[in-house]
Amino acid sequence: MTGPVTTTRLDADLIDDLAIASAGLTKSFGAQLVVDAIDLAVPRGAVYGFIGPNGSGKTTTIRMLLGLISKDSGSCTMLGRAMPRASDLVLPDVGVLVEGPAFHPYLSGRANLIRLDAADRYADAHSARARVDAALDRVGLLAAARKRYRAYSLGMRQRLAIAGALLQPRELLVLDEPTNGLDPQGTREVRHLIGELASDGHTVFVSSHLLSEVEQMCSHLGVMRTGALVAQGPVAEIGRLAAPRVHLSTPDATLATEVLERVGVSDVLATTDGVSGAATDVEPDRIVAELVGAGVRVRGFAEVKPTLEDLFVQLTGEGFDVSG
Amino acid sequence: MSAAEVARVRTPHRRAWWRLLRSELRLIFGRRRNQMGLLVLAGLVVVMAVAIKLSDSSNGTGGGDPLSSVTSNGLFLAFGALGIEITLFLPLAIAMLAGDAIAGEANIGTLRYILTVPVNRTRLLAVKAASLVIGAFTGTALVALTGIVAGVGLFGTGPLTTMSGNQISLWAALGRLTLAVVYLGVGMSALAMLGLFVSTLTEQPIAATVAVMTLAMVFWVLDQVPQLDWLHPWLLVDRWQSFLDLLRDPIYTGRLWPGLAVDLAYGVVFWLAAWLRFRRKDITS
Repeated sequence: MTGPVTTTRLDADLIDDLAIASAGLTKSFGAQLVVDAIDLAVPRGAVYGFIGPNGSGKTTTIRMLLGLISKDSGSCTMLGRAMPRASDLVLPDVGVLVEGPAFHPYLSGRANLIRLDAADRYADAHSARARVDAALDRVGLLAAARKRYRAYSLGMRQRLAIAGALLQPRELLVLDEPTNGLDPQGTREVRHLIGELASDGHTVFVSSHLLSEVEQMCSHLGVMRTGALVAQGPVAEIGRLAAPRVHLSTPDATLATEVLERVGVSDVLATTDGVSGAATDVEPDRIVAELVGAGVRVRGFAEVKPTLEDLFVQLTGEGFDVSG
Repeated sequence: MSAAEVARVRTPHRRAWWRLLRSELRLIFGRRRNQMGLLVLAGLVVVMAVAIKLSDSSNGTGGGDPLSSVTSNGLFLAFGALGIEITLFLPLAIAMLAGDAIAGEANIGTLRYILTVPVNRTRLLAVKAASLVIGAFTGTALVALTGIVAGVGLFGTGPLTTMSGNQISLWAALGRLTLAVVYLGVGMSALAMLGLFVSTLTEQPIAATVAVMTLAMVFWVLDQVPQLDWLHPWLLVDRWQSFLDLLRDPIYTGRLWPGLAVDLAYGVVFWLAAWLRFRRKDITS
């Protein structure tokens, strides 16, 4: 193909408002279902945190979105166009970091980026060196541009991969675990960089298995667990999913348990000095009134809103065990 | 992003294909291992020349083996060296390059980045094939060139006595040698396409190299089994040695044309097989 290609939109859907959309996206490897009918909705302009434990299907999803692996069923679009069919039109607008950096070890950092640039049929060869150096400068690697990639530290490799994603002006950045292997300083810099890119109007889709890493920079979250998307939406909305817990300090634990369960508190557990439970739809004022009315001696009462981290653990069952 | 920005017009650069091919060639020829490989190919020719010079006793007899005529005309060294290197060293070099083509990139993970640049898979496979063909011709030509330099340097040259007994001019002989390089270059390219296909099957470049080398060896062995003579015409390597027919006068083409046809058939079939495989392959590395 050598003729000009116009990227006008084909269908005027709501899909156009979404940088990434999928419906029923599914993939199995052999008998194992890795991604189970997920419906992603990443609004344009969002910083979307795609979180989930290791092995929950994040990278497989990203590989499907980018057309690296085929999907078993379902559909997906990026920037309003069907993927992977429109890869050639969509991907030039997408900066990508998938599953860690990967470069030719015996080439320098700069030579590696020039190699990537040479593969881009829309890239101008004359400006390659300038664009490569600008991208290296942006991630603080210009001083190490002539060093061979094999001599790079893990953090430098990660930065080089990010520089690769920034070789061209992009609309969307898909960054899979961009802070992996970075020291705290590097992590902060990447967060800062993502913040900058987002305020420039880029949509950023960033995956991580660490909520704490993405929580501070994301406007939206999608939570994966064993191949399923268990929650998705603006961060504030996700936060509301977390049921507050009430903690009651009382010597009358048995009676208190009865009363709490009667007013609709679930998951009531005995604690060292009383009971606690999840109060989803019950006003705390009413709980206390009922307790006192039933003759429970209330020594202390507190309502605790869980943090996003708690919610993440609750949603994903995050632990040391690898799911599935 | 506004809809206006979506309606951006993009024009691929006209020379984009060549730029990727140049990048590919820099990757191949810039790699120390491949430079060493070329050095070995050339070094062997020099070793042959020196060995013949040191054992220099009999004068050229014009027999079937060009190496036995080297002392009469240094140009024979180029033909003799080609005849020896196509049995093992050139196929080995090709197997290393071809094994690297896709499996090498898959192994270090660069494949996922080059595909998401994006590079269309068909385009990538075409560029890889072109670079392998260039590599195949480079290796073959290097052997011939080293043969000319070492042969002429040590033994001198002049009009060449063909295998048919008559003489042709030095320029005509060089023309024949060029044809030999083209003929064997096509053969090596066909092997490279087989290697490209194998390279799409694995993420281990060494495995691909070993597989291609094994296949080449199997071809040579089968070609030596008289009971399988019905199979011989279909083996890739069967008519490679027929490049010596270029040393007859006039050139005997009875085996050269079928040889070329078999090479081309292997090349096309295995490039297509590689394409069918690679087009739908899940890139999980």
